[in-house]
Amino acid sequence: MLTQIEGSKAVAEAVGLCRPEVVCAYPISPQTHIIEAVGAMVKAGRLGSCQFINVESEFAAMSVSIGASAMGARAYTATASQGLLFMAEAVYNAAGLGLPIVMTVANRAIGAPINIWNDHSDAMSVRDSGWIQLFAETNQEAADLHILAFRLAEELSVPVMVCVDGFVLTHAVERVDLPEQDQVDRFLPPFEPRQVLDPDEPVTIGAMVGPEAFTEVRYLAHALQLQALARIPSLATEFAAAFGRRSGGLVRPYRMEDAETVVLALGSVLGTVKDAVDSLREAGHRLGVLGVTTFRPFPAAAIADALSSARRVVVIEKAFSIGGHGILGADVALALGRSGRDGPRVHDVVAGLGGRPITEASLRRMLAEASEGRLPDFTFLDLDRGLVERELRRMDATRRSGPSAENLLRDLGVASTRIG
Amino acid sequence: MTLESLEKTAAEGPPPESPATAGEPTLPEPPPSAEKRFLRYGMMPHMLCPGCGHGIVFEAMLRALSSRYEQLDDIAFVAGIGCSSRVVGYVDACTLHTTHGRPLTFATGLKLARPELKVVVVTGDGDGLSIGGNHLIHAARRNVDLTCVLFNNEIYGMTGGQLAPTTIPGAYTSTSPQGNAETPFDAARLVEAAGATYVARAQSYRTREFEEVFLQALDHRGFSFVEVMTDCTEYFGRTNRLGNGADLLFSQARVEPAIDADLAGRSTLQEVPPRPVRPVLEMGVLHESSRPTLDQAMKLSGAGS
Ligand SMILES: Cc1ncc(C[n+]2csc(CCOP(=O)(O)OP(=O)(O)O)c2C)c(N)n1
Ligand code: SF4
Ligand SMILES: [Mg+2]
Repeated sequence: MLTQIEGSKAVAEAVGLCRPEVVCAYPISPQTHIIEAVGAMVKAGRLGSCQFINVESEFAAMSVSIGASAMGARAYTATASQGLLFMAEAVYNAAGLGLPIVMTVANRAIGAPINIWNDHSDAMSVRDSGWIQLFAETNQEAADLHILAFRLAEELSVPVMVCVDGFVLTHAVERVDLPEQDQVDRFLPPFEPRQVLDPDEPVTIGAMVGPEAFTEVRYLAHALQLQALARIPSLATEFAAAFGRRSGGLVRPYRMEDAETVVLALGSVLGTVKDAVDSLREAGHRLGVLGVTTFRPFPAAAIADALSSARRVVVIEKAFSIGGHGILGADVALALGRSGRDGPRVHDVVAGLGGRPITEASLRRMLAEASEGRLPDFTFLDLDRGLVERELRRMDATRRSGPSAENLLRDLGVASTRIG
Repeated sequence: MTLESLEKTAAEGPPPESPATAGEPTLPEPPPSAEKRFLRYGMMPHMLCPGCGHGIVFEAMLRALSSRYEQLDDIAFVAGIGCSSRVVGYVDACTLHTTHGRPLTFATGLKLARPELKVVVVTGDGDGLSIGGNHLIHAARRNVDLTCVLFNNEIYGMTGGQLAPTTIPGAYTSTSPQGNAETPFDAARLVEAAGATYVARAQSYRTREFEEVFLQALDHRGFSFVEVMTDCTEYFGRTNRLGNGADLLFSQARVEPAIDADLAGRSTLQEVPPRPVRPVLEMGVLHESSRPTLDQAMKLSGAGS
């Protein structure tokens, strides 16, 4: 059914259609509307016997999800930013135990300094935990990925994180085609857990494993991710057949024919990137776009394949490894290096941190530089260098730790900023 | 050192002489009013909603402080995240704004490093009782020598009015659309049981009483805890149709016969089912005792001072 709906509500509706049995969460912006909406559906009796519980922290939310999933219930939670970091121990646990929990991450920056706006540093901080990580480009995809996520999680017994850009998607009202219940029921069979805690047939979940088998247990988790790599494309095909539109998959090419410079990115920024590429193409630049929907498992072969005739790759990412390099960019460079040919040059562009708008004008300027071969390897889009230099000078002069963030705000004349 | 020179870390000799730092921007001069001299005017306008009880309590805190101190140089204010926690940003003193739920742990570290400083932690019912509840009972157990003021508005205001562990039974919040079915915490009694040596409860309605217990708490040696009942007009008030800020204040005053009589005529507050009625809580000093504080036990400062 076509509706005009807020991203958060569309996600909540999609989760509801998946018939979750236990939902628990702790509120944090910009995830709140999602759990409020799922909670309201439960309270209104729309989700049958589904249990919704308000817990005292994200750590509790993931821990309750683990308990519920271990008992064979379809479990769902959602968080963002500080909340994801706070639950990190349990996030690793869920993956290590192979529990098919689905979690929405309404991507938001992490502090300090506290910032409630969108970037990808939260999801990146747990990219090595063993969760499958899918990134939505639009609200339609945000909704669809949840249906795919439950199916994938339960088939492989791996938890799946659906990353939805905070505010940009979660709070945007867009046209979304919400599927019917029987369509979802046909695509997503009832959860049949591989093992559950059952007093009649006791099993142990969470045994201690020493050096004798720990590597193998970890490799098994890796093997499951490799299985996911093989399964995700065919699942996307099944999804298209069932729902009449494409969602999910590993990567998504756009105007890649004859492209010399290819832009890679995760999530909602792809919309602006495509607009910028369209207008630059009109000006004669040979540009294409490769959207990455599945970030973990990392689709190295699919990416290397898609980039096989590119001369230059520009990776735009909303997070980076401080003191190191871009995160997606490093993965892409590795994928290309392994493909064993004289690959394209990879440029990493960090953009949109803490909600800074990624404008089409800035993208056009940067991409024009890239296609003319003038873009450095590692850059920050729209970085205010003067602001940083001024603070560096102050730090040199006073040698004190502490309120740099406050100094920058004062330099900018920003007195009070709302937090959350 | 310029950014470029940093980026080209290649051996290009010593960084250039640092030029004179750009002048610190000046903040507007605060007007010379008694309690308002401790306000950070550069942070105005503040972010509290009209009628929010936090503003009333905050003003009372400043009034109490100004009755006692000429300047706040020896006090450190520590807060977590929430509308309540946010108010420390408006005090012109040393203020440490931390992550959600952790102010008492930061404050414990601060106190161990500088035992001579007076430490005031401002927290909310979400910050201090939900996500930070564990730290609250342990700070009380250790008898850390600080004052913790917990603004209890029975809701998570900052994130948009979700159920808190203090929400009264039956109350509506955005995550209890059919009314709260859980039993709330009694924060004061919880902290007393955990070992706090000074415990009081006050209201935004009676600011004089709040100021009194707040000053006593500041004077107390050991973990002193003041729970202050305040109102989130924007979410708790509106969701439960309890009226505006003034109506909510009056609803705190139910034990006073004159006001009770006046309230009898107000349907918004008297309409019991399905609306929750605010319980009448015991106010004032609830517990006072004396035992070694954490810094005394660790011999960081003179015993029994
Ligand atoms: C780890 C983490 N989880 C969630 C949040 C979002 N959050 C910010 S404030 C808040 C609740 C604040 O409630 P309370 O302490 O009662 O303060 P109030 O706004 O009601 O004064 C929440 C859940 C966060 N900042 N960090
Ligand atoms: S949301 Fe509620 S607690 Fe926060 S400032 Fe507004 S009225 Fe006060
Ligand atoms: Mg509160």
